[in-house]
Amino acid sequence: MYSTSKALLTGAIALVLVSPVLAYDFGRPATPDEIALWNIDVRPDGKGLPPGSGTVAQGKQVFAENCAACHGDAGVGGIKDRLVGGQGTLASAAPLKTVGSFWPYATTLFDYVHRAMPYQAPGSLSNDDTYAVAAYILHLNGILPADGKLDRDSLPKVRMPNRDGFVPDPEFDPAKLFREK
Amino acid sequence: MTSPGDIPVEQSGVNRREVGLSRRKLIAASASLAGSIVASRAAAESLADVPPREVGADLGGHSERSKYVKIARIPEAGPGQRNVDPGDAINSKAPLDKLFGSITPSDLHYERSHSGAPDIDPAKHRLLVHGMVRKPLVFSVEDLKAMPSISRVVFIECTGNGWENWKSADPNLTVQNTHGLVSTNEWTGVPLKFLIDLVGKDHASNWMLAEGGDAAGVDRSIPLTDEILEEAFVAYGQNGEPIRPAHGFPMRLIMPGLEGNLNIKWLRRLKFGDRPWMTRWETARYTQLRANGKATQFQLRMDANSVITSPSGMMVIKPGYQRITGLAWSGHGKIVKVEISTDGARSWKEAQLNLPVLPKAQTRFQMDWTWDGKPTRIVSRSTDDKGNVQPDRNSFIAVAGTNALFHYNAQQTWSLDEAGRVRNVLD
Repeated sequence: MYSTSKALLTGAIALVLVSPVLAYDFGRPATPDEIALWNIDVRPDGKGLPPGSGTVAQGKQVFAENCAACHGDAGVGGIKDRLVGGQGTLASAAPLKTVGSFWPYATTLFDYVHRAMPYQAPGSLSNDDTYAVAAYILHLNGILPADGKLDRDSLPKVRMPNRDGFVPDPEFDPAKLFREK
Repeated sequence: MTSPGDIPVEQSGVNRREVGLSRRKLIAASASLAGSIVASRAAAESLADVPPREVGADLGGHSERSKYVKIARIPEAGPGQRNVDPGDAINSKAPLDKLFGSITPSDLHYERSHSGAPDIDPAKHRLLVHGMVRKPLVFSVEDLKAMPSISRVVFIECTGNGWENWKSADPNLTVQNTHGLVSTNEWTGVPLKFLIDLVGKDHASNWMLAEGGDAAGVDRSIPLTDEILEEAFVAYGQNGEPIRPAHGFPMRLIMPGLEGNLNIKWLRRLKFGDRPWMTRWETARYTQLRANGKATQFQLRMDANSVITSPSGMMVIKPGYQRITGLAWSGHGKIVKVEISTDGARSWKEAQLNLPVLPKAQTRFQMDWTWDGKPTRIVSRSTDDKGNVQPDRNSFIAVAGTNALFHYNAQQTWSLDEAGRVRNVLD
């Protein structure tokens, strides 16, 4: 009896030492299933990309149905952002920033379309449709061939034309921050 | 929008803002100033002309502005795209020429969103904090309100503020058009480090993804520097009340001194990782294209800035006494000095700073001036406590080029012609 109490007491002291100094807890634990519902971000190394795949040909159809009304039939001439062309214009007086001329990572294209497009129904495209429409937009920019196909393995390997077009601000350079820690 | 008609000529000689209050002061001040034509017109009005006192309105649930006060933001699209349909607007600019002091009223705080302001029921809103943590947690708004809180007055500035003047200066712009994408509020909420302690962040995690609950799911990668860990907080209060929907209800991230876009509104997810995610917003959008075709990335801090808000674009002034006033701010810290030139940046005088001067908040400055009626140019420049001096236009463009679109903090020059018309010019 005595030894049990002592053990409990010792355990309590250990807990106090390990935990942050808080009088009580806030919030509730997040379950893996619900985290998966919201955990949509995709990194340049492909971490976060879901299963599925899509071809340029499939993407042409997806684009016509979901994107062309705002971005134009071939990603040009729409009422919203131009998606195609502009390569070689960035150092000119009238730079044209598009997916093809400016975006450094193809993974960002998947992430953005998947989370934010189409504008009126964000998140409504399936994983397959998102891979397909990304493939089509990259094809329109001359980055993927007409028979191209994307999935979680091939998308991070796509080399965007402007991949080396960014220079980090010295104060917040990811390659140098936290190096000493 | 301010037009010359909003600033009656007979009041412009003293204080264009305290119209109702300052009549008697104006008479006194004007009468003593040579060269002013204000006195005769204002003095003609007798106290007998002031309407008699009368019983006023019943008490109400909240206070409305006077019907005599015309003050509003202006929804605009990109540079040069003004007077657009609200559905085509991408931001809404604060009326800097009609505000006093340094705190922006909540309903006039500038607004920027990427897919509209969502209508969020706070009872159904949740904040997920996960990633490289020992214990992923879900918080409700009530959970946050129960935690130890801080309040802090800070400016938030869209990185597009000033973007009208990158390539040319439209002479018909007001200061609301040129600089209306910055505002200062008191925000109340929970320090980020408190949430970090609750979830037990892995020491190897130095980057955090913050994501909004708007349709676009706007998300940014945030480096967890010592400064950011010390100062960032998740706010639910704005100027003493729950945050308004346009500004992130029911909770948003506050990142003092850093890009407006990092202050994620309608915050619903914080994820800890060990590198940036390279979201659309930190690659394709909020990066600054230089003249050589390379873009600066992760330029997160808002630099030293200032602007004269009166006299400013589209106002008309008379020769004689002028009170020059404006706002200064820096994402590096406190404003320590604002200088004003009334001769086109040839000579400078130090302006008075209104107290309190707070770090990473807007500071009101003012200076007396007597305008001799000759055409000239007026300009302000700020200096912060880290020694950063707001650059002149030419020096700034020499470094930044004219394609950057974001982070414009060059000195703002207003020209005055012989008729007292104030206009936007580059330098």
